[in-house]
Formats: sequence, C-alpha cells, structure tokens
Amino acid sequence: MARPAVSIRNVGKTWEVEGRRPVRAIDGLTIDIEPGEFVVLLGPSGCGKSSLLYMIAGLEDVSDGVIECDGLPITAPSAERGLIFQEASLFPWLTILDNVAFGLAIQAEQPERRREIATEILRRVGLGDMLDKKPDELSGGMRQRAACARALAMKPKVLMMDEPFAALDVQTRAKMQDFLLQIWRDSRASIILVTHSIDEAISLADRVVVFTARPGQVKEIVPIDMPRPRNPRDPRYHAYRDHFTELLAAEVDRAFAEQEVR
Amino acid sequence: MPSKSMTAEPPAAAPVIHTGGILTKKARERLAKLGWGIVSIGLFALIWEALWYFEMVNPLLLPPPHLFLQDIPGTLKFFDRSNRIGHIASGGGVIALLTTMGWTTFRVFTGLALGFICGVGLGAALYYFRMLRNVLMPTILLLAPISPVAWLPVAIFVFGIGDVPAIFLVFITVFFAIVLSTGAQISSVPINYIHVARIMGATQRQTFWRVILPAILPSLFMTLRLNLFGAWMVVLIAEAVGVGTGLGQITSMARATFNAKLVFFTMGIVGALGFLTDWGLRQVQRKMLWWVAPAKGGF
Repeated sequence: MARPAVSIRNVGKTWEVEGRRPVRAIDGLTIDIEPGEFVVLLGPSGCGKSSLLYMIAGLEDVSDGVIECDGLPITAPSAERGLIFQEASLFPWLTILDNVAFGLAIQAEQPERRREIATEILRRVGLGDMLDKKPDELSGGMRQRAACARALAMKPKVLMMDEPFAALDVQTRAKMQDFLLQIWRDSRASIILVTHSIDEAISLADRVVVFTARPGQVKEIVPIDMPRPRNPRDPRYHAYRDHFTELLAAEVDRAFAEQEVR
Repeated sequence: MPSKSMTAEPPAAAPVIHTGGILTKKARERLAKLGWGIVSIGLFALIWEALWYFEMVNPLLLPPPHLFLQDIPGTLKFFDRSNRIGHIASGGGVIALLTTMGWTTFRVFTGLALGFICGVGLGAALYYFRMLRNVLMPTILLLAPISPVAWLPVAIFVFGIGDVPAIFLVFITVFFAIVLSTGAQISSVPINYIHVARIMGATQRQTFWRVILPAILPSLFMTLRLNLFGAWMVVLIAEAVGVGTGLGQITSMARATFNAKLVFFTMGIVGALGFLTDWGLRQVQRKMLWWVAPAKGGF
C-alpha cells in the first residue's frame, strides 16, 4: 500500500496556560490518512479536533507522539497543507483575485503567471466574475469558496477545513458540500474536515473518525460505504446517523458528568 | 463636485447610467448637508450680529463678522509674503495670506507625517522586541502624557527659532498616540490572517509588510485624524512663540496690538483650514484605505 498522506502516531496535546491547570486536549491519537482520502473528524465541542488540524498544519507543536507528512515529521507550516477556517479570513484590503494570488506572490511567482493561475482557479470555483471584487462585497458562501480557491492555488496535498460551513445558512451549506466534493475530485488532495454535524459527516466522508470527549481520543473510525451523492432517505444513511448519534450522545453525557464532578 | 466619487473611476461609472435616480438623490443629500452648514454658521453669525446691534457686545473686543470681514485688503496688510522671521508685513494681499496659510499647513502636515511614520516604526519595534520594550516603555509612558505645549521650550532650546520647533510640536502631538496604539492594533490583528500568511510560507518580514501593516493602517489613520485638531492647536502656539511667522504669529501680533478684527479674521482662517484638512484626510482615507467601512471612518 502507498505511504499515507498524513500519519498521526500516538499524538497527544496539552495546553499549558500560565496560571491555570494544564488541559489535556488530545491523548494517544493514531490515524493514517491516505492520499486522496476524504476524512471527517466528528466529535463533541472541545474534544481537540481543531487542535489536531492546527498540529497537522504545523501551526502548533505536538506535545507527544509524531505527525508525519509523506514520511517526514511536520516541523513548520507549509502551503502543501492548506487550512480553511470557519470564517473565510480573506484580506479585506486585497481584491478576490489578489487574495487568491497571495500565496503565489509570497512564493515569488511572476505577476502574469499569478494572475493566470488565480483566474483559472476562481473560474473553477464559480467566482470567475468576481475577480476584482472586494471580500466585503461577496456573500458568506462566496467568501468561503474564495478561501478554498486561495488554498487550492498552492496545489496542496492535504486540505484541512475547520468547520468551514458552520457560519453558513442551511441552503448555502448544502450547496457548499456539493462544491467541496467537486473540488476534492478535481484536486485529488486528501481532505480532513472537522465538523460536529452528523449529516455533514455522512454526506461527505470516506471515513469518519469519531472523537471522545476531552481528552480527545479515537472512539471509532467508521468507513461510509455508500456511493455519492448520498441520499438522506437511504436506509443505510439512517443507520449511520443512528450509530453516530448514539456514539456522540454517550460522549456528551460523559463530558457533562465530568464537568459536574469538577 | 457632488458626483465626483461616482465618476472618478471608469469601472464605477458603468452602473451610474442605470441608477441615475440614486445619483440625484445623493446630490440632493450633499446639497442638504451644505445647506445645513450655511444655516448653522449663518445662525451663529446672526446671533453675534444681533448682540452687536443691540449693543450687548463691545465691537472693539468682539467685532461681529461684518466688521472683521469689512476691510479685507486692510487686514491682509498684516500678512507677509515671505517666511522670514520677524519680518514686518511686506504689503499683504491675497498671495501673502495664502503664503502664510501654506507655511502653517506645511508645518502641520510635515509634523503629522513624521510623527505617523516614526510612531508606527517605534510602536512595531516595541511590539516585536521585548528587550526594547522593557527598556523604553516606562520612559514612553512617562513622556506620553506631557502636553506638547510643555515641549515648546525644549524645542526652542534644541532647534532654535524657525520651522523646526513647530514641526516638532506637531510631531509630539501624534507620535506618542501612534506609538501606543500601534502595539495594541498589532495584537488585535485576527490570528487567522497570520496563520494564512504562515501557511503560505511568508517570512516574518513579509507577514509584517503584507498582512499586519495593511491590517492596522486604517485604525492608525483614525488615530492620526483624531489628533489633527490637536496638531492645529499646537502649531499656532509654536508659531506664536518659537517660529516668528505663520498664522500663530499673526494672532500673537494681533493680540499685542489689540487688533480684535485681525484676531477674528485669523481665527476664521484657522477654523476653515482645520476643517479643510480634516476633509482632506477623510478623502485620503476613503481612497487609500477603502477596506474600512465608511461608517467606521467618521461622519
């Protein structure tokens, strides 16, 4: 079998804030993410899913264990591992085109070439008419697509998304999920998406990693064995939903119980 | 003038054709604003004139507008065409008035520009270098609350009589405010902006110039604008005492010679200049820092 795109070995993370008790966010996590795989991290809030993304991105250090990308331990951020946040976080002082070309400019790509690449990608994400608009002039869904385009412009091997659609309304969200599947197929990148929406997990993932409450550990890894597009009325879909609901309910109960003990 | 902002750039001009009605509405709004401006100032002048008419104010001390605007050529005799120190008015005229206004405005803007650039530079250095912060911050906090006027003797001791003390005073007016707010602004730049830059492989220097600076510029410019009026106040004091030319010198001379008309005439000029420069900075903000919502940029 090919080498995994991201290999997470026994990773733990402890947040240490001065003057407070250290918090163990993640403990003993081991997951392999295959090239081109779509993995969804599902779990109750505060279970360390986002922390894991930040560590894969190289923005945070692991406390123990190791995360490898293409067989090399991650030591710093890299454009090969793109990260998309809940807010699009586009730079308001740049046009959409310049936002998408930002990474290329940092990598000292020629101006004409930059424009070419960014225009092409914006066309692919359906924002071909918005090149010279400013981020403020776009809707939430469009801004998030522009943020995807900005990450895709760097041709990432891994695309990470931290609850990217949580701030969008339900209709836009459904559209964005279709859009995401399409760019996933086009780009052949692995996608790691964090969510707490069970439906989002079932509609998108090849595999769903269910986290326990804090400290986050793998509770169960569930492959979604259904062809896409996945119909929510399919009995198998229901079965998955019931299963995830049960798993999460147990974790939420546990988190609450622990809070009361404290 | 009313439609200038809509027609200045070709791309923005296109929709104007379809929304001609909105344009006239906008023009009407501007006209209304201008009208209220005239009403406001007119009312102020009217009350003043009425007080004079009913002999409730002494025209020697508080000459109403029609008196101090009566003999403009005579008033302008007190303005000098050159920027020479202690030079007695050389004939006056509109050119002399404009020259004097120009020099005072020049001192204000040079001071503001220097204060802004140095303030952002030092503020950023203090934010990034802990050692520098440890060494300098206590002194800065000690100096910051001192009124710029208190710096005047120091400025004259060090720089002598001339333009520099006035520029220095304006500099002081904005410098500390910008230094202190730069650090605060940098720490409030959304962390995800910096994350994006890091993921894209930006060096610290690139992150500062391409992300942090543009992110903090709008609010620093607001700080600059808020200090503009302060700058106009101190420049007059500096000119009266330490420069020997400019509008401040005229006011000072008018006071010494008990020329109330000249005092009010000069005050009117200073008021108009302050208003115009604030308007100018607002335009700069709109054109160059367009990514801040206009609502945040003032009225």
